[in-house]
Amino acid sequence: MEFQRVEGTDKGKIVLYALSTCMWCRMAKNLLKDMGVCYEYIDVDTLSAEEKVTVKQEIKKWNPGGSYPTLVINEKECVSGFDEAEIREKIK
Amino acid sequence: MSDSIGEGEVTRKEVESLFTRLDQEAESGGYHLNPNREFTLGLIEGMMVNERRYGYWACPCRLASGVKKEDLDIICPCDYRDPDIAEYGTCYCGLYVSQDVLDGKRKATRIPERRPAEGMAAPADRMSASAQPGLPDLSGLTYPLWRCRVCGYLCARGQPPEVCPICRAKKDRFERFL
Ligand code: SF4
Repeated sequence: MEFQRVEGTDKGKIVLYALSTCMWCRMAKNLLKDMGVCYEYIDVDTLSAEEKVTVKQEIKKWNPGGSYPTLVINEKECVSGFDEAEIREKIK
Repeated sequence: MSDSIGEGEVTRKEVESLFTRLDQEAESGGYHLNPNREFTLGLIEGMMVNERRYGYWACPCRLASGVKKEDLDIICPCDYRDPDIAEYGTCYCGLYVSQDVLDGKRKATRIPERRPAEGMAAPADRMSASAQPGLPDLSGLTYPLWRCRVCGYLCARGQPPEVCPICRAKKDRFERFL
């Protein structure tokens, strides 16, 4: 299972769990890119069945509803769903 | 458009032609597609990718299981669209919006997920009356009553229609109501 890495300014460990088909997820990717921060993402819908199980458990630790996109910041904070203001606020 | 979705080879032309069809169908049923055209085209593209993957229009903003029986409630239009439009002015993905949003009086933003979390609600066998324990005994009825789970349309006939005349959901989205 491989996370895609997008280069940018180091603001700590920023991980985005996304779906390749979801527009809110795409907006989250675009926002992070515009902000110029380094982050990793994974499109969960493109994974194998076993990988999905593992990743879904990981996501639920941060976002019990398990919805997309889920953004985990520094293994400390999480933004569930695309909320531009909240993402900008939490990644400074 | 062509960024990020690599698989399925859905072309822009195919997406636009489905957009035109969905737009006409939506308007004729009293629904509206999101006026943000690029956003809407992106969601329709996602649906088409899912159709190639799973064989049906699984909601682009939810993770489908790939087993149709388990995904029935999230085949677009999903069971949650109408209550979400009524409450928030938009469906979960933002593909369908209310008149207010269409008119620019209200903004479509992130809304909470209405679908029960995984494992919370097992989809019942909706086609049989015995699977609905709350039903009164109305064996005197000449015809069973069917309810479209997407839009609430009711009809009394031997079988549900192939396609809901109001919202175009397919036959398997109907449940026995009485
Ligand atoms: S109607 Fe439901 S399935 Fe269709 S795009 Fe909206 S939220 Fe997704």
